[in-house]
Amino acid sequence: MSISRWLLDHPRVLERAYLYTEWVLRKIEPLMRKIELSRFEFFFRWGEIITKRPLFDCRMCGVCNLRGTGMTCPVTCPKELRNGPCGGVRQDGTCEVDLDLDCVWVLAWERTERMRWYGDRVFMIHPPLDHRLWDTSAWLNFLEDKDCCAPPG
Amino acid sequence: MTTRSRADLSPDKPIRAGGRLERVLRSGRFAVTAELAPADTSDPQAIYERVLVLSEVADAINVTDASGAHVHMSSLGASALLVRAGYEPVLQINCRDRNRIAIQGDLLGAAALGIKNVLCITGDGVNVGDQPDAKPVFDFDSIQLLQTAEIMREQGMFLSRRTIEVAPRLFLGAASNPFSPPYDTRPKRLAKKIAAGADFIQTQYCFDIHRLEGFMADVREMNLHRKVFILVGVGPLRSAKSALWMQKNVPGVYIPDSTIQRISKTPPSKQSEEGMKICIELIHQIREIEGVSGVHVMAYRQEERVTELILSSGILPR
Repeated sequence: MSISRWLLDHPRVLERAYLYTEWVLRKIEPLMRKIELSRFEFFFRWGEIITKRPLFDCRMCGVCNLRGTGMTCPVTCPKELRNGPCGGVRQDGTCEVDLDLDCVWVLAWERTERMRWYGDRVFMIHPPLDHRLWDTSAWLNFLEDKDCCAPPG
Repeated sequence: MTTRSRADLSPDKPIRAGGRLERVLRSGRFAVTAELAPADTSDPQAIYERVLVLSEVADAINVTDASGAHVHMSSLGASALLVRAGYEPVLQINCRDRNRIAIQGDLLGAAALGIKNVLCITGDGVNVGDQPDAKPVFDFDSIQLLQTAEIMREQGMFLSRRTIEVAPRLFLGAASNPFSPPYDTRPKRLAKKIAAGADFIQTQYCFDIHRLEGFMADVREMNLHRKVFILVGVGPLRSAKSALWMQKNVPGVYIPDSTIQRISKTPPSKQSEEGMKICIELIHQIREIEGVSGVHVMAYRQEERVTELILSSGILPR
């Protein structure tokens, strides 16, 4: 088993990393805003590509929802479901569309049960993506509240 | 026969669209819906002929939406024809073929055409269909689609917050599949669909009564059966060969080995009849489960047997 797979199957380490990252960003946010958040786009974007891609197979959708999906990237689902799984999961837990793929959402729900801080988020209704945010920094979008594209009400 | 629990309707939930399906379910009677696969033609007569055999026993008729990612007459077009002819369709909308702009427009158009019921589904991948070269959209998933329809109905606005002059009145449905893993999360996902706005649920084919009983036990424990009407999917197996084909090729459908063995041991000329018997037995068992409000009959290429199936099962007259 690879290190990244071990980390995904034991999501508390990643959860903690996520919590600390959020804490640090909130602390330095006032300074970043003085400099202007958009000036950090290049560094944050590449920082996320370098860290999240090998770990999560991140596709840089710009609206990171790992907390609500058992730290499993939902964009890796062939149907890109944000509130999965669909009803087509095969009996052996593989994907309806890609037989070589374990259903991303079967893994997401399993891993959610092992989460300590964000485990309830999977029960939230996650809104549709803002497709304008592809290939931008999800962390900056988070600070700018661009990722809270919940439908009204 | 156990007393079926009625979903808790008033005062929390006002009448959505007032169609026949909604009225039957609200009255506590056991509802029947049936599925119609639109034809590969531009001749409306084909739709009228197909619906005749279903309309005798169905409270509403589901019109599939490019089911299995195969192109047919659109669900919206066929549903409009049914309304014109006096039937009550359930318009199925999948998330594979349209984006949020088109879907919101279709929901308004459906309401304007007199369609009262909508079933929001994710949709099969393009890979299983006759045009695997097509681009899959999936701008929504089924829960986001449900929530969008509910926002349009309850708040009279689009997702962009622009006002809709007359909000669409729609009875909203969603699908559930208790027979596909992860089993213990299916009731939890059902809870999400209810929170997103589902008024009724239709399940995938039920051939495993024990699994359905387990699912419904969890549903009752979460009190979901009082918040949504649940119709269980049923359908007669045509032959051992078709049962094996479904088992192998239709992800999400689970047929127990015992059922396959039972129909395989029957002489080929009697297999169709045995498939009907199995379905009738299942319907009897399904009716006894607390929290189930009806059945949804899917008899692809056997539509002419739906009347016989429902009348033999004793559901009608109610």
